Amino acid sequence: MTITEQPGADLPLQQQERVVIRFAGDSGDGMQITGNQFTSTSAFVGNDLATLPDFPAEIRAPAGTRPGVSGFQIHFSSADIHTPGDAPDVLVVMNPAALAVNLTDLKPGGMVIANTGNFKATDLKKARLDKNPLEDGSLDGYRVIEVDINDRVARALEDSPLSAKEVQRCKNFFALGIMYWLYSRPLEPTLNWLAEKFAKRPEVAEANQKALRAGFNSGDIHEMFQGRYEVAKCDVLPKGRYRNIMGNQSLSIGLVAGAELAGLKLFLGSYPITPASDILHQLSAYKHHGVFTFQAEDEIAAICSALGASFNGYLGVTTTSGPGVALKTEAMGLAVSTELPLVIVNIQRAGPSTGMPTKVEQADLLQAVFGRNGEAPMPVLACATPSDAFETAIEACRIAVQYMTPVMLLSDNYIANGSEPWRLPELDSLEPFPTEFRTEAEGYKPYSRNGKLARPWVKPGTPGLEHRIGGLEKENISGNISYDPDNHQLMTTLRNDKVMGVRDSIPKPEVHGPESGDLLVVGWGCTYGAITGGCQNMRARGASVANVHLRHVWPLPHGLNDLFSNYKRVLVPELNMGQLARILRSEYPKHEILSYMKVEGRPFTTTDVMAKIREIQEQV
Amino acid sequence: MADEKTLTKKDMKSDQEVRWCPGCGDYAILNCVQGVLADLGIPKEDFVVVSGIGCSSRFPYYMNTYGFHSIHGRAPAIATGIKVTNPELSVWLVTGDGDGLSIGGNHMIHMLRRNLDVKILLFNNEIYGLTKGQYSPTSPIGQRSKSTPFGSVDRPFNPLSLALGAGATFVARTIDTHMKHMEKTLRAAAEHKGAAFVEIYQNCVIFNDGAFDDVADKKVRSEKTIDLRSGEKLVYGKELDKGIKVEGFDTEVVDADRATVWDPSTPSPAPGFLLCQMDTDPRKPTPIGIFREVDAPLFDVEMNRQIDDATKAKGEGSFKDLVYAGDTWEV
Repeated sequence: MTITEQPGADLPLQQQERVVIRFAGDSGDGMQITGNQFTSTSAFVGNDLATLPDFPAEIRAPAGTRPGVSGFQIHFSSADIHTPGDAPDVLVVMNPAALAVNLTDLKPGGMVIANTGNFKATDLKKARLDKNPLEDGSLDGYRVIEVDINDRVARALEDSPLSAKEVQRCKNFFALGIMYWLYSRPLEPTLNWLAEKFAKRPEVAEANQKALRAGFNSGDIHEMFQGRYEVAKCDVLPKGRYRNIMGNQSLSIGLVAGAELAGLKLFLGSYPITPASDILHQLSAYKHHGVFTFQAEDEIAAICSALGASFNGYLGVTTTSGPGVALKTEAMGLAVSTELPLVIVNIQRAGPSTGMPTKVEQADLLQAVFGRNGEAPMPVLACATPSDAFETAIEACRIAVQYMTPVMLLSDNYIANGSEPWRLPELDSLEPFPTEFRTEAEGYKPYSRNGKLARPWVKPGTPGLEHRIGGLEKENISGNISYDPDNHQLMTTLRNDKVMGVRDSIPKPEVHGPESGDLLVVGWGCTYGAITGGCQNMRARGASVANVHLRHVWPLPHGLNDLFSNYKRVLVPELNMGQLARILRSEYPKHEILSYMKVEGRPFTTTDVMAKIREIQEQV
Repeated sequence: MADEKTLTKKDMKSDQEVRWCPGCGDYAILNCVQGVLADLGIPKEDFVVVSGIGCSSRFPYYMNTYGFHSIHGRAPAIATGIKVTNPELSVWLVTGDGDGLSIGGNHMIHMLRRNLDVKILLFNNEIYGLTKGQYSPTSPIGQRSKSTPFGSVDRPFNPLSLALGAGATFVARTIDTHMKHMEKTLRAAAEHKGAAFVEIYQNCVIFNDGAFDDVADKKVRSEKTIDLRSGEKLVYGKELDKGIKVEGFDTEVVDADRATVWDPSTPSPAPGFLLCQMDTDPRKPTPIGIFREVDAPLFDVEMNRQIDDATKAKGEGSFKDLVYAGDTWEV
């Protein structure tokens, strides 16, 4: 569809490089679907994008209340972008609670599109507002567009066979339609999606399609908008085939790929926990990939079943979040002691204890690296973005099987539920790392080791190689139980050397920016976007700042000491109280390592990082 | 190959020195298990013995099979991962009253309800042995132990009631000093398709010596125990002159000719439940033998069937199909 054929085509069309929209409403209002549709359509038109859903932990908090507000933010752009955006340019609110919760984030001068149909006295009361914010001046300084979506949808669907209540459920598509008009997006992807989604209930598909069109056409009303916008296709993205992907999706596919590249079948033992459950859901649909998924009775059974599967020659995986990791700790020690491959995925969330299950935090790093009884070293990896979770998951599988060790893979709520365009890898470029099982009985010793210090892997059922393993200390080579003091020292050292040896198989991390200078910003995990964007912007403003992002957080890659020497200071922004900084200070004590911490349950913004860099510059 | 030749008990013994206390009931059980397993016609390499933590859980080290000595209470979960990923293996789980009913109680009931095809040997000595003498979830009220110097006030579990309540498809009890009965019971457990739960009264000579003497001692055994045999009358006594009648919601001691004919495969587990509760009544004999034996779908088989069916229906998947899926676009 070309712009000139559209309603409102006579209005001025402005080009914008990037826009951040946040949809917010009640958790029953379908804001996640609305956001996802806007995302798919923006991907379809070729924008670069990043998204961040923000939903309450409560499934259905009382309707219209502040705890029940669900939001979805999308940043779409014709330029290369790294985060879902610091502050929305446009805030679409379906009720007063959504406005009250989200208004503080809106950019000064930003646009509010409010559904006035839900701003009645009872709605205001539910949102604990004494006055109507649309009338009391609290929106001064913003552009406010008022639309009674309830009424418009009811009128648009007068002829619909749906009940009045069902008709009101189409409101989100009306709101989406307005945004499609305002940002000159095509309707077809969503129209098709609705037809497919509600194939069995064509009347529902049709009502939502009508609502979408009605919203789109309402843009034609000149009083509502003075113009419309266009965000052109992003041309700076590397060439290739793309799809939009969420972190938990790509991590799931990465695990399947990792197992396949290792020549193994995948076994997932898991217990439902926010925000990791989607991996269990997704992998349980992959039965035809030979993937076993076992929803265990608890977190402990989940990891133990995975370890049992690994003993049997499968790639055992367990997925969870921080509280679940705490429960799995003892079994991780057993995996360290029995030297079996195992991938433990922690989709971190805000803690301690139950904390804030739907909010982001990176505070499980020290738990991952050190949180076991005894000397129990374990490699720890962290993915940086939704699409990066694919490769990082493969890397976790590689290390687990090549080194016969449990590996912790850290993701978090921000990556898990965020999305971005994923440049699909050349599949043949992914290098297989086939597993060898020992079948030769002659000379077999369960705790003999290869060049990587990995012990041989033997499947039960192999004749002549019957052996016993367990959590008691083992005699070097034979694997028999041993309480010998020298042997314990030796085995402890061997286990540690094996894990530290992983660094010989990993690349030096890539440095962005000058090879030496005032400041090096070191990041890990989901801070990638904010750090990359923040440092880029500061470099463009002449700052002498470089940045490096660590995928391997334990053991740390070779060369960091030398790298740190090239900068006056090192800054480590983390969504915790300075955990990686603490590790880096103990590993590289010669350097001045500054910590930038944030534990608000929210990610860093690009602006946060820029402000911190400025602050440090001013101190010099 | 091993499956071509007949195994002997000796083949099942590992080269590790057995380190239980002299006189421990575990020796008799180990001896019996080695004999039964050698006779099953299963190749040695297809056995996996899994255990948790406790005296009994040292068991895998003494078996010349594949073995996994895991962590406290978690053997059922480890065994689940093993059995599901290779249903061909014969998986044996060795646990105790502390390991299996206290710290691992949750895993135990879930393994039983799922009907995972593993054989569970629960050594019940009504005490914590390896931690040196604390009361366990099967210790009777009043039991004096290191942690109950004034006597236990905990009501104990009846392991068989628990297993029946969890939906176990095979439930039995035997005694460490009753070699013939143990052998017969373990063989029946081995032949059962599904989760087979066997409680073994096991004497701890150090911390709870003689716990079962009032029923298990050879001198009183025939009067104080009754062996539940499928298709036979529930009779006991030296002269087999006494019997048990199961009627309504209770059991009563009757003359042998009025005794109920035992059927462990009734649709309801209720008769087995009534019988296993008899040990709380000193006037009634303590039942041993098979309380329940029914068929149900096997968890490990069903899980594999789903994978096979999905693979047949959709063809064998590759991760490559997953990467290039959904809406994609070219830049």
